[in-house]
Parts: sequence; C-alpha cells; structure tokens
Amino acid sequence: MNYCLKNGRLIDPAAGRDCSVDLLVADGKISRVGPSLAGDATAAGYEIIDASPYLVLPGLVDLHVHLREPGEEEKETIASGTRAAVRGGFTSVVAMPNTKPPADNGSVLTYVRAKAAEAKAARVYPVGNITKGGKGQELAELGDLVANGAVAFSDDGRPVMNAELARNAFKYGQLFAKPFLLHCEDENLSAGGQMHEGFTSTRLGLKGYPSLAEEVMVARDLLLAEETGARIHIQHLSSKRSVELVREAKKRGVKVTAEATPHHLILTDGDVAGYHTATKVNPPLRTKKDREALREGLLNGTIDLIATDHAPHTREEKNQEFGKAPFGMTGLETALGLILTEFYHTGLLSLAKIVDLLSLSPARLLGIPGGTLAEGSPADLVLVALDREWEVKEEEFLSKSTNSPFVGWKLKGKAVATMVGGEWVYKEI
Amino acid sequence: MVYWDYLATGKIIAHVKKGGDYLHFSRRCLLGLEDLTAEEIEEILTTAVPCKEIIQREVKKLPTLRGWTVATLFYEPSTRTRNSFELAAKWLGADTVNVTIATSSVQKGENFIDTAKTIEALGADFIILRHAMAGAPWLLAQTVDCRIINAGDGPHEHPTQALLDLFTLKEKHPSLAGLKVVIVGDIMHSRVAKSNIYGLLKLGATVRVTGPPSLIPPGIEKLGVQVVNDLREAVRDANVINVLRIQLERQKKGLFPSLREYARLYGVNKEVLSIAPQDVVIMHPGPTNLGVEITEEAASDPRSVITTQVTNGVAVRMALLYLMSGGGKSGELLS
Repeated sequence: MNYCLKNGRLIDPAAGRDCSVDLLVADGKISRVGPSLAGDATAAGYEIIDASPYLVLPGLVDLHVHLREPGEEEKETIASGTRAAVRGGFTSVVAMPNTKPPADNGSVLTYVRAKAAEAKAARVYPVGNITKGGKGQELAELGDLVANGAVAFSDDGRPVMNAELARNAFKYGQLFAKPFLLHCEDENLSAGGQMHEGFTSTRLGLKGYPSLAEEVMVARDLLLAEETGARIHIQHLSSKRSVELVREAKKRGVKVTAEATPHHLILTDGDVAGYHTATKVNPPLRTKKDREALREGLLNGTIDLIATDHAPHTREEKNQEFGKAPFGMTGLETALGLILTEFYHTGLLSLAKIVDLLSLSPARLLGIPGGTLAEGSPADLVLVALDREWEVKEEEFLSKSTNSPFVGWKLKGKAVATMVGGEWVYKEI
Repeated sequence: MVYWDYLATGKIIAHVKKGGDYLHFSRRCLLGLEDLTAEEIEEILTTAVPCKEIIQREVKKLPTLRGWTVATLFYEPSTRTRNSFELAAKWLGADTVNVTIATSSVQKGENFIDTAKTIEALGADFIILRHAMAGAPWLLAQTVDCRIINAGDGPHEHPTQALLDLFTLKEKHPSLAGLKVVIVGDIMHSRVAKSNIYGLLKLGATVRVTGPPSLIPPGIEKLGVQVVNDLREAVRDANVINVLRIQLERQKKGLFPSLREYARLYGVNKEVLSIAPQDVVIMHPGPTNLGVEITEEAASDPRSVITTQVTNGVAVRMALLYLMSGGGKSGELLS
C-alpha cells in the first residue's frame, strides 16, 4: 500500500526542515516530500491520511534496549519488546547482548535477527559481546559477530574490568569500524551497592553505589580510547563528573560519544525513598546536581543522544526486598512522552533537538538507515500528537514487563501511529 | 495519670475508647523512629514505666492482650530482641508464634511476601519483623493488614532498641534536653545508631558519632549529628557513651585493619572512661565483644547500664504492643 500523509508538520533536522507539507510513501520508501502532493497521490490510488493534527517525525532509534530473548522470555521477547518499541514511536532498536546465552557468537545474532524479522514490528540491530560470555576474561570473536550483523560491541550490564583486555579489544576492534558501547562501572567500588551513595542511602540504610564507580571507569576508558584511537560510546551517563570527563575528552579529540537516559534526566536518588524497587537501576539515580549536569550536557552537545536502557523484569522479581530486586526499568513506551513533557513543553529543548537526540544522532552513530525523512530513505516514521495528555498505565504496556517508575505519571505528547518500511506497525488513530 | 492503674490491673482495655482520650499512639506499624514525633516517643516511654513495674512483680502475667496473637518473623539470628518481644507479648497475655528462617518454609524457596501473607492468614495480629535487608518492613506493610513492628532492618533502623535506650537514659536523666551522647563504632552498618540518632535528637539531646572514618556513612552530619574521629576527644564532656558492636566481617571487606587496632583506637576501656566525666552512662545494645569494642572492666563498671537495658527492652515492647492494640480488634473493645 502507498500512502500520502497530508499536511503534517514535518520535523527533519537532517534536512533542516520544520514545515507543514505532504509526504508520500511508496514501496516502503519516502518517495516525495513537498506541498500539495495529495491531489496526484489520490489519482495514483494512494491512501490519504490527514496528518494535519500531528507531527511527522523520523522513526525514533533506541541505542540501548534489552529484549531478553533468547533465555529470559518471561521478562520480554523480541516480539513483545519490538511491539513496545513501536508503541513508543521507536522504529529501530539496538539489542544488547546480555541474553542467555549471550550474543558472543554469530549464531545468537542470527537467531535474534530471524526472530525480529518474524515479529514485523521495529527493526532490531543486534550488538555482539566484547568478551566471551560477557565475562571480561577473553575476547569474543569480533569478526564473526560483525559477519553476522553486529552493529557494535558491548558487554553491557558489566564493564571490562581488566584494563589490559579492554585495551586489546580497542586495538583489535580497529579491524571493524564499529563502536564500543561501554557500561562504565568499577565493580569494586560499586560492589553490593543498591542506590546512589549519599545522604539518602545513609537515611535508607541501603549500601551506596558511589558516582566514583562510574567516573573512574569513564576516565580509564577515555584514556584507553585516546591511546588506541578506538571509537567509544559511553552508555547511560549518570554523574556530573562523568559529563565533565566526556566534555574534556571531546575537546582533546577523543572519538567519544555519550548517552543519557530519560530516567537519569528526570528522577533523582530522592525518588528511591519508600524503597520503590521500580527506581532501582544501574547506574543508580543520582542527585539533583548530577541531573542538572546531564541536562546541561544535552544542551551543550556533550551528550549526543537519549537512549532508554529498556530493562524489563517480572513482577515477581521486582516485588520483593529492595536488596533482592534486580536493577533496571522499562523505557520504550514512556521515553517520548517523558522527553516531550519534561523538555519540550517546559521550553528546554526544541523539537528539532529532540528528534536529533532520539533519532538522527543514534542512527548516524551506528551508520544505520533512519533518522531522516529525506526522499529515498526507508519509510520509518512516527506521527505524534504533541499536546495529547495521557496517563502511563500498567495495563496498557505492550512490553511483557511493567517495571516503570513512571506508572501513574501524566504526560503530554504521544506517538499515535508508527510506520516501519512503509507498513503501519502501530496505530491508534 | 489514672489510666496506668487500669493497665496494671488489666482492666484498661475495657475503659479505653477507640481514638479516645487516653491513647494517642494509634499507628498500625512502627517502622522506624524517623517518622515518629517527640510526643509519640514520649508516650511510649511513659507507658513503659508501669510496664516495668509489672515485670518486677513476682507474678507478671496480665490478661490485657488475651486473644491476641503476636508472631515474630526473624530472618536473622537474635537472642535478646526476639525473646524480649516474646516475653512482652506473653506477659500481656497474648499467644506467640515464632518463625525463624532456619525452620520455616523459606528454606523451601518461599519468598518473603508469601511467608508474611501465610503468617497473617494463620491469624497473627502483630508481626514483629527482623530482616537483613533495609526496607523489608515497608514491603511487609504494603503486603499485610496486621500490625507490624520493625525489630531491625539491615543497616537502616531498629526502633525498639532506640526506645529502650531512651527509656534507660531517662531513668538516669529524666530530661534528655541538652544531654551529650556519644555513639562509638560502626555507624555505617548500625541500625541501632540511626534509630538512636533520630530518637535522641527529637528529645533534645545532642549526638556525636565517632568511629573509623571508613565506617562513617556519607552525609550523616545532615541528620544533625557531629562527627568526631578521635574517641578520646569525643568523650571528654559526654554524659553518655553508647558503644556499638563491631562485626569481624567488616575487617574482611577492608574497612578497618584488625580487631586489635580497632580495640586500641575505639575500644572503650578504663583509660577512655578516665577521660570522660565521672558520672558518664555506659551503654551497649549487646551482644558485646568483650575486649574489642568494650573491655569487661568497662562493661561491668557501676556506671554501665547494659543489663538494665535488657530488662527495659521488655518494658518498652510491652508498652508498644499495648499502645498499638489500643483500638481493639475490628474496633471492638475487649473486656
């Protein structure tokens, strides 16, 4: 089916475009963008969709998602995770390799890609492990991973603690022109930590996970990248000092990019009070000062993009003692609403900047299609009702899991229809 | 205050209306001292006075809580706290059930929430919870409808220990206002320290904490306490020294070098007591590691109230059980 999205407000920072025009989709691609195309389209048998109440954005791209399959299908499957993605406006997701078994070899990546193709929702770009089993002991077969579709390398969820091994990985990785996505955590400094180390952890009697645990590793990885010339991407920055370290490294010419999550940009360690396990996440929610530094980092370009670190867990796992509950929260279905509510409707970020952070920048970082509505690109796009007010409801999640601290929040701005490759994969209009 | 006579004769319940004139402490759960008001703390401590009188009698048993069931659910070993609650409940006439991790179906993989629901379904009116993880009583409070008392949750709070400490102190100093209390030891992992800090500050005392800097938790001074590294400097003008138990496992984690060095720097002994004022009160929540955080000589000094603390623990817990049952079952009065 071919479509004409009539008179929507197109926001496409790659083309410097922000105007109300028509957009034609033919054979899975964006065939034309311009004023008054609806007449011809009608004649050619296109389905006309009145997009005038909506924004038309390039499909969102999430660089940091845990789809849990294979191995932990009770939390999420590739099918449920990609349906959650398209409900949230994401047309591409980057799948982290800490599955069971882990994606440290080509056959797991092949399985993931096959499942994703079956699911027919969002596109899935798998990441391969840096080390075998993600255990940080020996290098994984990076060549095999790339040959089977890995778009990047990561041991996400854990760091490569051994600096010598990390250094060798960065050197060896020069063969492949793929970035390393790094979870920066010194596991000795964070050992046993349940939440940000500070006054609130003292008050609640929970073992602290100091900012330093992240900063020490960010500093180390920046130095290793500087020496080896590797392209690194720091995942889920959480502390002020980490932002400063990345900014300084960028100035020195280190090939580094960085992401922040909606939860670190919005919540603080104070939200943990009451022992809400939905707020237990790694790295932990930090102080207001850290949150302000992250926001500043978005504005001044130190932080390149927003990723969700969508980390589903079952009710049974989260509904227990704080110390026993696993780290992580879901994010795919709340990210856009949260960012629009907290950053656009408050005047902190423009729509073009938001599209850059949630779509263009992550797509460019990995060199994958998407991030733009230019003619000829795949028809991955999302219609957004910018002023639609809605409440985050547990029963409405398409993810198998509901471990979100934002349940009950009232948000403004919502994805209402999502198209991948010219097919509607989500539609509530 | 007339109503304490009623308590002593066991008739009080028949005379108290729900939400009536006498009983103001009407919480379903005692989770910590952080959220209690000074008035609530004072009411518990005042109620404990006649309770102590009762336990000094030859025949201690009262019918006050007849028909009530108090369950202790302990996920950590404990001698004094568990037995103290059990005796408090029994002397008030309640039935008691003790669930300990070693014998319960927790060993079969039953999780905390299911265990708690089971105990409530068995008919418990009170659950007294000891748990190794901070916040477990909060989860319990969301899970069951019966009354809950936190008997210690990880490094977070141990409210009844602090209440008995306050009660013991008030026997020496009827007003705690302006009293200088030094808490010595592993402040970071100590629930006793935190509950004591909340309680003491609410009643007007000043609190100083001292211990190895690696065992002082971040931001503790924001609670309103002073941090002093040197024990000898800390005790110089102290009215009270509350000595915490040090656990050997902290040494293995590299938080301090050895028990020997700990004893040298932070052990309370005759020499440390010689620096403190003559009438300083020596406290310890127990069990003591004699020769480590406190010498036998200091623990058995006439100024030590360590065994009195144990007795007072029962009185304070009787007072709490009594106050928390004040409304009677389903709002009905018991005769």
